[in-house]
Amino acid sequence: MMLTVPHAGIIILFAWLSPCNALYFHIGETEKKCFIEEIPDETMVIGKYRTQLWDKQTGSFLPATPGLGMHVEIKDPDTKIILSRQYGSDGRFTFTSHTPGEHQICLHSNSTKMALFAGGKLRVHLDIQVGEHTNNYPEIAAKDKLTELQLRARQLLDQVEQIQKEQNYQRYREERFRMTSESTNQRVLWWSIAQTVILIITGIWQMKHLKSFFEAKKLV
Amino acid sequence: MRSLVLCSSMLHVIFVCSTELTFELPDNDKQCFYEELESGVKFDIDFQVIAGGNYDVDCFVTDPINNVLYQERKKQYDSFSHTTTMKGTYKVCFSNEFSTFSHKTVYLDFRAGEERPLLPDMNRDTALTQMESACLSTHEILKVVSDSQTWYRLREAHDRIRAEDLHERVSFWSMGETLVLFIVSVGQVVVLRSLFSDKKGSVAAST
Repeated sequence: MMLTVPHAGIIILFAWLSPCNALYFHIGETEKKCFIEEIPDETMVIGKYRTQLWDKQTGSFLPATPGLGMHVEIKDPDTKIILSRQYGSDGRFTFTSHTPGEHQICLHSNSTKMALFAGGKLRVHLDIQVGEHTNNYPEIAAKDKLTELQLRARQLLDQVEQIQKEQNYQRYREERFRMTSESTNQRVLWWSIAQTVILIITGIWQMKHLKSFFEAKKLV
Repeated sequence: MRSLVLCSSMLHVIFVCSTELTFELPDNDKQCFYEELESGVKFDIDFQVIAGGNYDVDCFVTDPINNVLYQERKKQYDSFSHTTTMKGTYKVCFSNEFSTFSHKTVYLDFRAGEERPLLPDMNRDTALTQMESACLSTHEILKVVSDSQTWYRLREAHDRIRAEDLHERVSFWSMGETLVLFIVSVGQVVVLRSLFSDKKGSVAAST
């Protein structure tokens, strides 16, 4: 069944509007929450967050608060900052990794009105999607005019591509692990030899020194 | 007809939320995650401790009326599955309160609901063609492959961190031991010399 553009447009619209209740957690005023994503290179990551502030008067969380912002900082495996931006109370950030490894995504709030917090906590809904989960299939179907079957095949291709990237990354990690183990092996070997040699040398020195000391004291 | 399909597809707004998070849990700290779920939804929780101390963490899951659904102490990894019986906020908490100085890195995978269909109108109950069912089974198998890759990645990270720890410890321990060796051998000689110096003095005094 070929999707015509207007139908696809409506589908995309409603797909975006459908609520997905992401996992949420509480964060304090000056607290910084960091999440680690270990990903292969050339992988896209999309993060979406939504914040809600505790309102003492109503005793519940407000749906949205203007003036409340979150600062998002993303570091790559070499601890170089690849994204450091301020977003509003709802935000969407995206980045593509260029080196494989552990990327760190840190969030902390920076409210312009400090009185808003007043000892309360902030509720943050967070959703992080990695790799082939970032693809918006209704959009791809509309753009490339794909049939359902072609779209399914495209999804399988994306999945396989991500699996292949992960395997390459695994090879790289295994090499690092092997180098660390071999280096430990070398170190243990050399230190054992060195310590035995030092032990023998100090033993000989001690005996020589004491012998000359006793001879000087005319005890032997 | 088409508009009817669209309308009916909009009513199916029970989409999945699948979140994978890796976070650091400082010592003596507790971190909780909440999820609002409908009744009759099946959710799975997988967690694994990747780094820190004895690689263990306390975990408990509670339902909206604070019944404990799952509670384990000092677990390295585990899997928990449950079908909700009521609508509300479900809570997953990790606690590192038993540890005084080691902070842990914990991986959490929270999956709830059915998988979101590719296109919103793909959930119709008509029979699938052979090609479509072949695609669907391949998709499911690839999901299993992807999950096992994640599992291996986490185990490898755990082992690699232990190996890197060992690497550092070997260096420090060896250097420390060499230092102690020097101090002890020089100390022995100095103490021995001091013993004989005193005796010589007392021998001279008695004669």
